[in-house]
Amino acid sequence: MNLERLTKLMGTYLLLSFVACIFVIPIIFMIISSLKPDYQLLLDTSSMRAFLPVGDISLDNYFSAFRRAPIGLFVFNSTFITATTLVFTLFLASIAAFSFVFIEWRGKATVLAIIIATYILPFETVAVPLLLLVNELPWLSTEGVTWGWLNSYQVQIIPFLVRALEIFLFVQYFKDLPKDLIEAARVDGASWFQVYRRVVMPLSGPVIATVAILKSLEMFNGQYLWPIMTVQSEEYRPVMVGLQYFFQTGTTHWGEIMAFLTIITLPVLVFYLVLQRAFIASIASSGVKG
Amino acid sequence: MAKSLTRQTASGWLFAAPAFLLIIVFLILPFFMAIGYSLTNQRLMSPNPTQYVGLDNWERLFGISLLTLEAKRDAAGSIVLIDGEPEFPKLRSYTRDKEAFPEYFRKRELFHLDFSKDSRTYIMAKDIVFLKAIKNTLFFVALVAPIQAGLGLLLALLINQKVRGINAFRTIYFMPVVISIVVVSMLWRFIYAGHDGLLNTLLAYVTFGAFDPIDWLGNTSTALPSIMAMSIWQGVGFHMIIWLSGLQTIPETLYEASRIEGSSKWQTFRFVTWPGLKNTAILVMIVITMQAFTLYPQIAVMTNGGPLDSTQSIVFQMVEKGYGKQDIAGGSTIAVFLFLLVFSISLLQRWLTREKQ
Repeated sequence: MNLERLTKLMGTYLLLSFVACIFVIPIIFMIISSLKPDYQLLLDTSSMRAFLPVGDISLDNYFSAFRRAPIGLFVFNSTFITATTLVFTLFLASIAAFSFVFIEWRGKATVLAIIIATYILPFETVAVPLLLLVNELPWLSTEGVTWGWLNSYQVQIIPFLVRALEIFLFVQYFKDLPKDLIEAARVDGASWFQVYRRVVMPLSGPVIATVAILKSLEMFNGQYLWPIMTVQSEEYRPVMVGLQYFFQTGTTHWGEIMAFLTIITLPVLVFYLVLQRAFIASIASSGVKG
Repeated sequence: MAKSLTRQTASGWLFAAPAFLLIIVFLILPFFMAIGYSLTNQRLMSPNPTQYVGLDNWERLFGISLLTLEAKRDAAGSIVLIDGEPEFPKLRSYTRDKEAFPEYFRKRELFHLDFSKDSRTYIMAKDIVFLKAIKNTLFFVALVAPIQAGLGLLLALLINQKVRGINAFRTIYFMPVVISIVVVSMLWRFIYAGHDGLLNTLLAYVTFGAFDPIDWLGNTSTALPSIMAMSIWQGVGFHMIIWLSGLQTIPETLYEASRIEGSSKWQTFRFVTWPGLKNTAILVMIVITMQAFTLYPQIAVMTNGGPLDSTQSIVFQMVEKGYGKQDIAGGSTIAVFLFLLVFSISLLQRWLTREKQ
């Protein structure tokens, strides 16, 4: 390798590393800060010690964060809401897409067009009237029929079960599957549901992963505005709204806040680092074919 | 034969119905409810029946009127000057008197223009906070969308090089995307802190102490730009990946041809890369614009609209009214306005990027 190419390569790595620092420094700062007591935290920000786990390092912030807010409950709520939504989303979106791609029926094109059109309807534009709507919907529980969904799990799950993007992603994927396979199964006397379950879904690993990742991020990370509007009781609160607990007293305990942020971020980050190929592929496919 | 195997209206409907019904009930129906409520005085809970009020809600948000006042004159007829400036009658006498001046009642000054020495024209608005929210949101979209798209493309080009270990860098650049915007906002609130925040410290460090610390979020001129910078930091990795997958659809043979022709790097980008990215560009712009218009969590976590309404956003105002004040009608009106804005901007983008004949 000659000198010119070597310096060019060095330059490339230098630039790549500099940009990497911009993205990673705030995250490292968050994790390191969560290990320091407040007095040291404020002292350290005025020097490069802010990025180093030095001085009075402990997990005290984590213990006091758990005392301040029912973090375990919030994490459970968010996980439960995300997992339940995910199961329904994958089923409802894929079976609808199956119908749009493989079965001929009257009105199909219109229904699909209406669904796709809702893509340009941001959730924010329906949140306010939806608040009024869910306040008047019935629910069947062990206590019989009750009215109003405020302060519940279902108010955070059911409105988010299906979105245009998810159906669209399945439709795009199903279109590329070999049609012969489906017809062969039909000739053999398989019902439509059997074709869906036994033939199509086993071939759909990549698109299932894509939708699962996008939906999990939306539900676990993205739910903020809606739970603020609909969930006042602690019992059903998700993680992002739990942040409010750290501002109720006069002084802000940054160490505790950083501990809380780390607790609700680290699991997702670890997931991402383990499955990074799938994460990146899912974002890529949410775009390319649009 | 094949037809009878695929045609089955009942199963088709049955499979699509649950998803379609959910989208109707939780997206399409509330959208039309929003249009309906924007013409009524609907509240979340109210003892009085809901009434049709026409365009009152729109008037409450967008009501603007002009008020031209003559400068005060003394007995001799010359203009009264205070510190060399002409004095004008107090606006209060117009905005507090419902009987005499119904048009100006409860309006506030948005800004004023001096057309001549002895007269001043006030532009009076019913809801100046909402108008500021529109201005801020448009400013946010107009800067964040192109900058985020542009930086995303630069990062994609950077990461598309074939050098060892490039995947590790791609993984790092994308990392903020998997962190919740709520977490990011909280973290950056600490980074932006006025006295000894991390950003001030870093800037002081690289300038050898020459940098005067700034209260980034407490200053009307820096609060919104700070939120923009953070939003770009969080979102740019997302668009980098979309650009990257666009880049990878451009066939290698085109690059080879351009190399053989002896094109410069810029020429290669201009005539090979960019034309191949056109569809990606349209998609990236539409997605970013839609995301930017719904600016909310950053504001709610970092500034609550302040200081002095300099970070108010349309969605923040919508939540303040529709939820905070339980004014479903007012919130719905803002929602409809937001939809019209997003819709017309995406139509405009489609039209600007249409295939030219």
